[in-house]
Amino acid sequence: MQNNSSNRRNFLGGAVAGLGLLALPMPALALTESAARSLVDQVVADINQVIASGKSESAMLRDFERIFTRYADVPIMARYALGNDGRRASAAQMRNFTKAFQGYISRKYGRRFREFIGGRVEVEAARQIKNGYEIRSKAYLRGEAPFDVTFLVSDKSGKNLFYNIFIEGVNLLLTERTEIGAMLDRRGGNIDQLIADLNATS
Amino acid sequence: MTLTHQFLKVLCAPLLLAAVAGCTVPETATRSNETPFDPYEANNRGVHKFNLAVDRAFFRPAAIGYTKLIPDPIEDSFNNFAENLSEPGDAANFLLQGDFRQSGISLGRFLMNSTIGFFGLANPASDFGIPETDTDFGATLAKWGFSEGAYIELPFFGPSTQRDAVGVFVDFFTNPLTFAPQRPLENVGFYAEFVERLSDRGRFSDTVDAILYESADSYAVARILYLQNRRFELEGNSGDSYVDPYGDVALDPYADVSLDPYEDPYAE
Repeated sequence: MQNNSSNRRNFLGGAVAGLGLLALPMPALALTESAARSLVDQVVADINQVIASGKSESAMLRDFERIFTRYADVPIMARYALGNDGRRASAAQMRNFTKAFQGYISRKYGRRFREFIGGRVEVEAARQIKNGYEIRSKAYLRGEAPFDVTFLVSDKSGKNLFYNIFIEGVNLLLTERTEIGAMLDRRGGNIDQLIADLNATS
Repeated sequence: MTLTHQFLKVLCAPLLLAAVAGCTVPETATRSNETPFDPYEANNRGVHKFNLAVDRAFFRPAAIGYTKLIPDPIEDSFNNFAENLSEPGDAANFLLQGDFRQSGISLGRFLMNSTIGFFGLANPASDFGIPETDTDFGATLAKWGFSEGAYIELPFFGPSTQRDAVGVFVDFFTNPLTFAPQRPLENVGFYAEFVERLSDRGRFSDTVDAILYESADSYAVARILYLQNRRFELEGNSGDSYVDPYGDVALDPYADVSLDPYEDPYAE
């Protein structure tokens, strides 16, 4: 798997560098297992590259945000995290929330990626699910027992993107819906205040 | 019987009773990760507050100090030692679950690590590629068909369920390595486990702090993290249990023509 992904990366090399294959619209192609697998390979490779770059933390966090928006279906994730409160949000509020959400997620989880230094993620199995594919992988961290990371990939947005991640069964979307819901409750349901505060978190 | 054990018994007896009683109650609705079954939430939140105070005042500083003070390889050895002492209990539970193979593996690991692994301070079994698999009496109860019951946060111990709370107490009181009332100095398993938890709290202090102290509702987040992870351990995940953000029409941004979710945020 690792070989595969590095070959693919070399092959892509210069030509599409910076663009990212998956940022190109490809709605005509149905999602295949290999496309779903390669998406995950690509995400992992990009994250590893950022970690290895030795940039400052704030620069890395900006890179992670770019990776997140490139490979994840951020709008559907943000919509889900906002839950029922999303129903009363205006289009503009939804847009602003989505943007705030993507920054918040990138910073929150990007910080944790430090723990991945020297580690690796190997794709193990793929299986079809209702919305696309489930890609199971194992993360190997230094000095830790390997653990299970599962990506859910879909093309429902018109592109192949992941829309949820499970780490040892812990579902990112559900966990963030709990967190965002609690933040909103604390602000008396004020969505604009929530957006402002999400943007302010560093 | 020492005073501490007397105290522990008094503290634990009502909890244990409540937990056993709870296990006999059939699950109310279909269980889902999205809506935890938490009828004792008010009580649990009280315990959560108490646990946070204990963590802030004692456990967190002790753990951070411990991890800083003790060199990594020695800390690893202590953790190995604790893990090794948990193997006989794992073997017994696997046996009760009817999993003879895993039971044998746990026992084999224990024998191997206790001898050529310097009383479990080293972990040659894992080095030889015999992976460690943990289990507990809560998992045995699950195997026997007991339902999970309500969510409970235990004092000191943290998130649990009625079924797992029974498991914790049965494991603790039936294991001669953790509970030897007549010979408190020999409760080596208990102390080793405590040291291992100290190590985990110290090593992952950033992550744990983020959950406990930076979350808008650390109780709810700890609850959902625990339940998801525990269900994954016991059942694995299946596609059927996945939340489907695309399935909810009201939440589907693609159904809403007035909104283009694929605006490029960098294009602005």
